[in-house]
Amino acid sequence: MSRISAPSTTGLSRRSFMTATVSAAAAAPLLSSPTRAEKPAATRSGLRETVAVSLRINKQPYELSLDARTSLLDALRDHVGLTGTKKGCDHGQCGACTVLVDGKRVLSCLSFAVMNDGKEVTTVEGLASSDGKLHPMQQAFIDHDAFQCGYCTPGQIMSAIGCVNEGHANSEDDIREYMSGNICRCAAYPNIVAAVVQARDQARGT
Amino acid sequence: MRPFIYERPTDVSAAVAIASRFTTEDDHPTRANAQFIAGGTNLADYMKLGVAAPNRLLDLNRLEEPALRQIRVTDDGVRFGALVRMGEAADHGEVKRRYPVIADSLRLAASGQIRNMASLAGNMLQRTRCEYFREPSWACNKRVPGSGCAAMEGFNRQHAVLGASDACIATYHGDFAQALIALDAVIRAEGSRGAREIPFARLHRLPRDTPHIETDLAADEIITAIEVPALPWARRSRYLKIRDRESYAFALASAAVALDLDGDSVREARIALGGLATVPWRAGEAEAALQGKKLDEASAGAAADAAFAGAEPRQHNAFKVELGKRTLVRALLETRDMKV
Repeated sequence: MSRISAPSTTGLSRRSFMTATVSAAAAAPLLSSPTRAEKPAATRSGLRETVAVSLRINKQPYELSLDARTSLLDALRDHVGLTGTKKGCDHGQCGACTVLVDGKRVLSCLSFAVMNDGKEVTTVEGLASSDGKLHPMQQAFIDHDAFQCGYCTPGQIMSAIGCVNEGHANSEDDIREYMSGNICRCAAYPNIVAAVVQARDQARGT
Repeated sequence: MRPFIYERPTDVSAAVAIASRFTTEDDHPTRANAQFIAGGTNLADYMKLGVAAPNRLLDLNRLEEPALRQIRVTDDGVRFGALVRMGEAADHGEVKRRYPVIADSLRLAASGQIRNMASLAGNMLQRTRCEYFREPSWACNKRVPGSGCAAMEGFNRQHAVLGASDACIATYHGDFAQALIALDAVIRAEGSRGAREIPFARLHRLPRDTPHIETDLAADEIITAIEVPALPWARRSRYLKIRDRESYAFALASAAVALDLDGDSVREARIALGGLATVPWRAGEAEAALQGKKLDEASAGAAADAAFAGAEPRQHNAFKVELGKRTLVRALLETRDMKV
């Protein structure tokens, strides 16, 4: 259903291999369904029509054709193949799906993709520079061992970048308060706070 | 999720026109076929759960009127455009300085991500998180009129002790609304029958025997602005929120307080209570009890007793009466001691 106009920016890795496999598997049933292909869109009610959505994701343009019900999270994971953004609760309670939209951290599970038409989306895959150098926040999470299972980590990192950019990382108490929308079941919280402090200081040049 | 048609009107009158074409006068906004969406943090969640099922979604985020996105603070008061995000209002320097209770109520609500998404008008209109309302297999008079209320005999620890009825005990969870009702805010709305002002205190309806009717709004009416009148002594105001965990949780009990003090004694008090009632709750009896009195632990306690004189606890939420009183006493004393 989705048409991807930009190649994946990741190099050859286990992750990109898995991503490609998942995307192909997801697309196959739709492409091979003759009943769907024979019905021209114009005769259907508007409720059954797909919507066109343009997104810039990690500085690459994407033109997607989606069911209007598709969340931004599902568009990223299932239609673009960027599975770094995680689905935790899918109800806005855990923060695992946090991405930046026009530079602001938001929950991609509670936003319909179509509402983000024309916007700039940054996911965890878009943080490292093209030479593979990690974003300071990614490096800080490694330096401080700020995760155990890692499932919440992409959301934590995106939220932490938003938190620092908003100016809400002035103290450890501030960081705890303004990062409270990101739940870590492994409870790596002290390490996460330490990582945010390091990346904040690096961003300030102190 | 039920399929929906997505539309993106570019000004308020166009949005009203579409809504009015696809709704009737008898439709209530939360049950209409055509519904408005702004941040989506509440509506998208309820559409996923099957609690809300519009078949036409009107996205208000592309409305072009600049005032919808502006905060204007003047000596007459503050005017918030309806599409201002919670986080922007919480961080606004003049709002923090002149109306700390407003900034606090927003800062202590939801999470950083949700505050970046949720509009102020949407936040005011947020629907209850009653577990029995959220899950469509339970009986719920608010979700399906006449189906009963599973919360009455259920696990009602989170539920309201004020403003409940035999049909519904679901809590109104908003925080911002408590600051607004305490400060006599006014809502501006536009619909097919024209523009009007609604005192914030009249926006939400008590559940009585029609809990599915939540507000005074028509299905084609859009809130465009929230106005809070000037109140110079609102610099002495705060919002105290008590929760099961320290952050990112709904209030078990909260208090919005603003005090006009003459030395130790109270010229005027404004008090609202959150997490305890079915609608935003102004505690007029507590305000009256304090007027002209020296504010100390005893008079604050008497005011709290007055606020909860009509409380109706259920099996699991009786603790909220005492918690609510203590929350109000602490909020009053902390507000008294603010350096302004």
